[in-house]
Amino acid sequence: MNAPPQELLHRTYKEGFHDDIKPIHQVPKGASHEVIDYMCDVKGEPDWMRAFRHRSLDLFHKQPLPDWLPGLRDLDYDAITYYVSPVEKSARKWEDVPEEIRRTYDKLGIAKEEQKLLGGLGAQIDSEMAYHNIQETLAKKGVVFLSCDEGMKQYPEIFREHFAKAIPPEDNKFAALNSAFWSGGSFVYIPKGVKCDVPLSVYFRINAEQFGQFERTLIVVDDDAFCHYVEGCSAPIYTTHSLHAAVVEIFVKDRARCRYTTIQNWSTDVYNLVTKRSFLYKNAVMEWVDGNLGSKRTVKYPSCYMLGEGAHGEVLSLASADKGMWQDAGAKMVFFAPNCTGRINSKSLSGHGGRSSYRGLVQVRNEAKNCRIQVNCDALILDDKSRSDTYPTMEVDGDLVTVEHEASVSNVSEEQLFYLMSRGIKKEDAYSMIVNGFIEPIVKELPMEFAVEINRLINLQMEGSVG
Amino acid sequence: MNETLVIRNLRVSVEDKLILKGVNLTVRKGEVHALMGPNGSGKSTLAYTIMGHPKYTVTGGQILLKGEDIHELGTDERARKGLFLAFQYPCEVPGVRMANFLRLACNGRAGRELDVIEFYDKLEKKMKVLDMDEKFMKRYLNEGFSGGEKKRNEILQMMMLEPEFAVMDETDSGLDIDALKVVSQGVNQLRGPGRGILIITHYERILRYINPDLIHILVDGKIVKSGGPDLAAHLEEHGYDWIVKDQVPA
Repeated sequence: MNAPPQELLHRTYKEGFHDDIKPIHQVPKGASHEVIDYMCDVKGEPDWMRAFRHRSLDLFHKQPLPDWLPGLRDLDYDAITYYVSPVEKSARKWEDVPEEIRRTYDKLGIAKEEQKLLGGLGAQIDSEMAYHNIQETLAKKGVVFLSCDEGMKQYPEIFREHFAKAIPPEDNKFAALNSAFWSGGSFVYIPKGVKCDVPLSVYFRINAEQFGQFERTLIVVDDDAFCHYVEGCSAPIYTTHSLHAAVVEIFVKDRARCRYTTIQNWSTDVYNLVTKRSFLYKNAVMEWVDGNLGSKRTVKYPSCYMLGEGAHGEVLSLASADKGMWQDAGAKMVFFAPNCTGRINSKSLSGHGGRSSYRGLVQVRNEAKNCRIQVNCDALILDDKSRSDTYPTMEVDGDLVTVEHEASVSNVSEEQLFYLMSRGIKKEDAYSMIVNGFIEPIVKELPMEFAVEINRLINLQMEGSVG
Repeated sequence: MNETLVIRNLRVSVEDKLILKGVNLTVRKGEVHALMGPNGSGKSTLAYTIMGHPKYTVTGGQILLKGEDIHELGTDERARKGLFLAFQYPCEVPGVRMANFLRLACNGRAGRELDVIEFYDKLEKKMKVLDMDEKFMKRYLNEGFSGGEKKRNEILQMMMLEPEFAVMDETDSGLDIDALKVVSQGVNQLRGPGRGILIITHYERILRYINPDLIHILVDGKIVKSGGPDLAAHLEEHGYDWIVKDQVPA
């Protein structure tokens, strides 16, 4: 097999630094009821939320890990700190963000993002949102873009109607853990008919060591509305482990459309165990664009639940597993209503001993007639040390249902390399072109700056800088 | 010496099987040679070996490009020094756009970043000669191309890269008569004092549109006959049998 050039796929992780930022609040290690009470007091939360958190922690302790999910043995829940807050409140102006935190974001290039034409920008550091702001014009149309904590306070009705309705704490062990310790994340509400055509963007940063980040995002896109939510993330390189267990719930109402783009770029210290689910109502459209480039271990299957007739769900998944990584990514689609369609397109790269898995569930309930589902998953394995697996599950009860499934596993072929090199293209560049071409169908769906970022991350420069 | 591609007593094995058994051939700039021969005689092996495919092992002899032994050079270096191979079966590279691919290749050949406007001007002209739609540039390299489109694309790349020596491996196979005319027209445009061309073909058909200066016949890994254009006509009439028969006792 043609081994990849050393530089290719090998991460130069420039986000691996950490800064000395003094926390205002920090709790003792371990997942305890005392920590929950401390958080509720600091945040000034209503009683129902306090009760919800305590109940969720009990569920977390009770729930076993699913037996199909290996690779989490090293994760020590007692070594993790569950709440670290370096800010008192979320700033609306960039200047009001504490200087030491601003410096971190400067280094990450987030401050520059603010200059761009974004609909809104949020920046979370450890447990809290340091910054959250939205364009005036969008705010005037009634678009709400707040930290999840603020959303609960300012819009209690919308919040309570949807919170934990798509992903209850009973759903899985990590959803329970998030429900117990959730902090930060976004609350988005797009009113009926409003098209929010500039993305709302949020950046999550872990700075503390042996820390657990549990942001919670709740997005409600009302009838005929549209929104595009984009998230990125990073963490320092320590010798210890951190945990990121987010919960993202999205409600796409009648004829509405939502696109949710993730570029996950955690350091290889981070366990990334995330539950993402969307409820789709009549003729709604949901698109998950899920890029997983970092982390020690990722467990994430963005899902679409088709509740209304004629809904359409899409998951475009890109996973790149380098040395020390295991990307267990995929998608889940459950059809409860007739005449719905779904498409899953997954591409994975494994190199330098990395491992990537596609895990997918397509479930068509009895009442879901005349649905169409298309699943494509392609894996490119770059060397003999690396590995790729596919675990597709299909459960079809409905009538007149069409399910197409195509899967492929390939290597960079000698013939392709020879062909490109016969045109004077250097081997490293030829290799990059082939790998880049493989992920192109997903990358072209990403916002420009992310596409550029991906090229940088996987070192796919086409200009001969490699080698 | 500097204006030649010289194949000297070349012996080549594939997976320990000797395919070329001492090939001698000299192509000068300005000349068009045709290499003909029955199936399995080693024609494609010669083409791939000249370009340095790792599957083909040179066990003896030399390939001299403008006097330089290229044995140690990688495929990409050979190409940047002015060698070109038009493939019989060009492979598909999904996700790589034609325009990006061609620009990177042309920059490599030129040894510098070419002016974008200049590049596209040239591209447009060449595509017109080959009767290719500009939509081609947005497509992925050879992906979903018809047989004829792939062959045209090979000629287009050759026109853009302007090699000093080009080997064309059965470019005529699988083409209908119209496509064959278009492809031949492209090749004829490329003929000139600055370029030597070696056309490898099984059939005499393409030689009606491209008149070679010299014709060689390869049988069982050796060139057994060389001659002028009349050799092709003779082959058309009598096939390869008379030559092959001659070889048997040897």
